[in-house]
Amino acid sequence: MVESPERDGVINRLKIEDAALARGGRRLFEGVNLDLVGGEACTLTGANGSGKTSLLRAVAGLAALEAGRISFGDADLGEARGRGLHLVGHADGLKGARTVREELDFWTLWTGGTSAGAARAAEALNLAPLMDLEVRRLSAGQRRRLALSRLVAAPRPLWLLDEPFSPLDTNWRGRFAELMAEHLYGGGLILAAVHDPLPLAARTLELTP
Amino acid sequence: MSPLGALMIREFSLAWGRGGGPLVTVGFYAGVATLLPLAIGPEPERLGAIATGAAWVALALASLLSLDRLFERDHEDGALDLLTLTPTPLELTCLIKCLGQWLAAGAPLALAAPLAAVALGAGPEMIPLIFAISLLGGLAFAFVGGVGAALSLGARRGGLLTAVVVLPLFAPPVIFGGGALDAFASGLPWQGGLALLGAYAVAAVALGPLAMAAACRNALS
Repeated sequence: MVESPERDGVINRLKIEDAALARGGRRLFEGVNLDLVGGEACTLTGANGSGKTSLLRAVAGLAALEAGRISFGDADLGEARGRGLHLVGHADGLKGARTVREELDFWTLWTGGTSAGAARAAEALNLAPLMDLEVRRLSAGQRRRLALSRLVAAPRPLWLLDEPFSPLDTNWRGRFAELMAEHLYGGGLILAAVHDPLPLAARTLELTP
Repeated sequence: MSPLGALMIREFSLAWGRGGGPLVTVGFYAGVATLLPLAIGPEPERLGAIATGAAWVALALASLLSLDRLFERDHEDGALDLLTLTPTPLELTCLIKCLGQWLAAGAPLALAAPLAAVALGAGPEMIPLIFAISLLGGLAFAFVGGVGAALSLGARRGGLLTAVVVLPLFAPPVIFGGGALDAFASGLPWQGGLALLGAYAVAAVALGPLAMAAACRNALS
């Protein structure tokens, strides 16, 4: 179901070296290292406020590290962030007044996908019955499925996921785990902040102060 | 459709989707234009003398109303984060957002401005110039206002801060537009004021997105 991201692959490796990050004058973590290559997933664990979301944002270029370095193999940083990664977090960027179809189509186009990709995503996450509903009418789980649909609609190699499972029911947790496994099988990379272990083989990076 | 075209349509539909935002702006504008005769008095000579200037200043103030929504909502709900994760430069994204703002809110105001001025007592021969000045001025207000909206991202009571940051930057276009209208009404050469207003609008369109993108990046990190 998930198209192989290799043909668009500007990222085949994620390397975090000796990273330290502070928010609001408080040091969240330091000395964090990770070397992730295509086909690998890593779970990011740690207590509330340990900096999991901040590290994901730093990888996406949305937060500055206090020390250390993030690189994506040979890829240029700007190019890699512009074309090579998806970030799905609590703030999903969806507009309550727009319909599911409008939001899916817009974000697919914006992230470089095609209408065929949007159709594939709608099928993979069973959005078809919801297409004409306004986003504000969706349940939390349905809304999360719409946010996750970007991953399928516009294939990009690196998925940065912040608590992707939290509002999903058991059925959809299983279905999304399958999509993650397909993505990894196609050479993709996943870095996911979670409280419960991922339902697939993954390395673990624990953030401690 | 290109991603930028899709963004423009999204901005337009968001502006009109949340309770008909531009209609509220036009309603505010009509309200100010109606209050003026109540405060100044209904004598046609007195009202006629200030009609175009009053319509023009009210338009500048009405332009402030929707500015706090330009970036603040996208910042709060995470859309601004996602808008940066593309090869499209953030400057271009800001430019499209402001153009969308201008088309959605500035254009209806430009249509309402001649009506308000004539209702206050301006001569019908002023209508084309008032419309042109409102359209050009609206462009300048949208882009200068966008800079203020981006600078006040994440601030408490950002809308008020936006107004305080932006109002001094509204002074040059208000002077140029007001000067052209006054000169036209007095039978003097008016083209200079319109040209200066156009130059200010072009400069705002060219430079505003650079400042907006820098302010957005700052707010995101």
